[in-house]
Amino acid sequence: MINPPKNDRYQRQISLKELGEIGQQKLKDAKVLVVGAGGLGCPALLYLAGAGVGRIGIVDFDLVSLSNLHRQILFTVHDIGLSKALRAGDVLEQINPDIEIIVFNEKLSNDNAPDIFKGFDIVLDGTDNFASRYLINDACVILKKTLVYGAISRFEGQLAIFNHPPESKSAVNYRDLFPDAPADGEVLNCEEAGVIGVLPGIIGTMMANETIKLITGIGNALINRLLTYNSLNNHFFELELCQNSETEKMIPENISAFKAYNYDWFCSTHSAYELDQKDFEKMTEDENIQFVDVREAGELPEMTDFKHVKIPLSVLKDQIPDIHAQTIILFCQSGKRSASAAEILSTYFGKSRKIHSLKDGIAGWQKTK
Amino acid sequence: MQVHLTLFGQLADITGRKEMILQDIPDSETLIKTLNDMYPLLANTKYAIALNKKVIHENTILSGDHNIALLPPFSGG
Repeated sequence: MINPPKNDRYQRQISLKELGEIGQQKLKDAKVLVVGAGGLGCPALLYLAGAGVGRIGIVDFDLVSLSNLHRQILFTVHDIGLSKALRAGDVLEQINPDIEIIVFNEKLSNDNAPDIFKGFDIVLDGTDNFASRYLINDACVILKKTLVYGAISRFEGQLAIFNHPPESKSAVNYRDLFPDAPADGEVLNCEEAGVIGVLPGIIGTMMANETIKLITGIGNALINRLLTYNSLNNHFFELELCQNSETEKMIPENISAFKAYNYDWFCSTHSAYELDQKDFEKMTEDENIQFVDVREAGELPEMTDFKHVKIPLSVLKDQIPDIHAQTIILFCQSGKRSASAAEILSTYFGKSRKIHSLKDGIAGWQKTK
Repeated sequence: MQVHLTLFGQLADITGRKEMILQDIPDSETLIKTLNDMYPLLANTKYAIALNKKVIHENTILSGDHNIALLPPFSGG
């Protein structure tokens, strides 16, 4: 069999005068990372590989399961139980062996994100949880990467390009739109809420389209704008985003602060009230958090390691109005009274505040020091 | 002076309506307070507010007719 000329692969898109040979070269030079090879990531990866994006990274730690197949179109029944990232890499390799595919078969974390992100210019967020979404946003801001964001809920999808151009002081990021993560249970994920496979297919495909527009410079990419799509009535709604003065101080300043940030904790995916010693240690530096000693007056040891207020458990109910911070961390000697205090505050504030209690108290914390 | 409100995602589930019209709302903070009184579950829900298709972060005076959209974050992928 005679090998067809290589250019045949991209002939249909090169013949678009807006794209042409120059656009094709830009795609070849582009480095795009896709986090999450799921409902959004699969179609995005397929089209980016097909279009000839020169370097594509895939991050996913999960395994293919039967319930994925209705929307995660890179996989078949033969892949069940296998690594999504590795299988996605194999399929893309078969579709386009001319591009470089880098597989990260691991969970994205604030430890590995700086190393993974550094080889790429554009990051696509196709993850399925808020902790990852805030982590990816912050990493893109700190490491100066463009973020192509897509997310779905039931029959609706959202799409935006954040942090672009990454060097720009006026670039809008995800936290400008949603500064705080929703509380546990406030927003259901696909597993809980359900989804028809076509919707992530549409949004993931649009993410790939926006990425191709960004790289080649054609059209009007969704920079600093959010597009929503409703698959039931076909309504599109687009809105203009702007910076939020509160946002800057919420994003870790540099890579070491980023690595110290606890995204699971920020998104309350941990148990409702208890904070372990390691996380507590990290939080003591954060001036936006109010630390409350709920021991009775005169109890020792006196805490001098970090700023806090003293509101004994016996008078807590009367002094609740004195607690103003969004995030409150309670502590006592052993963790028992602070857990009771957390219950009281939680009943009072509902989900409007983040309330935590130090596990095993000061006694437990001092043992780890 | 009326506000045409559009609700997205689970906000429409909480209120049971995708759209509503509210009269005599002087500013965006009053709008939120009015909605929280009507639908207490909304008070504990996070969302972005867009006035005439532009996101706002601060209390904004609503003189004349306005379109306001409330958009919650989605996490699904």
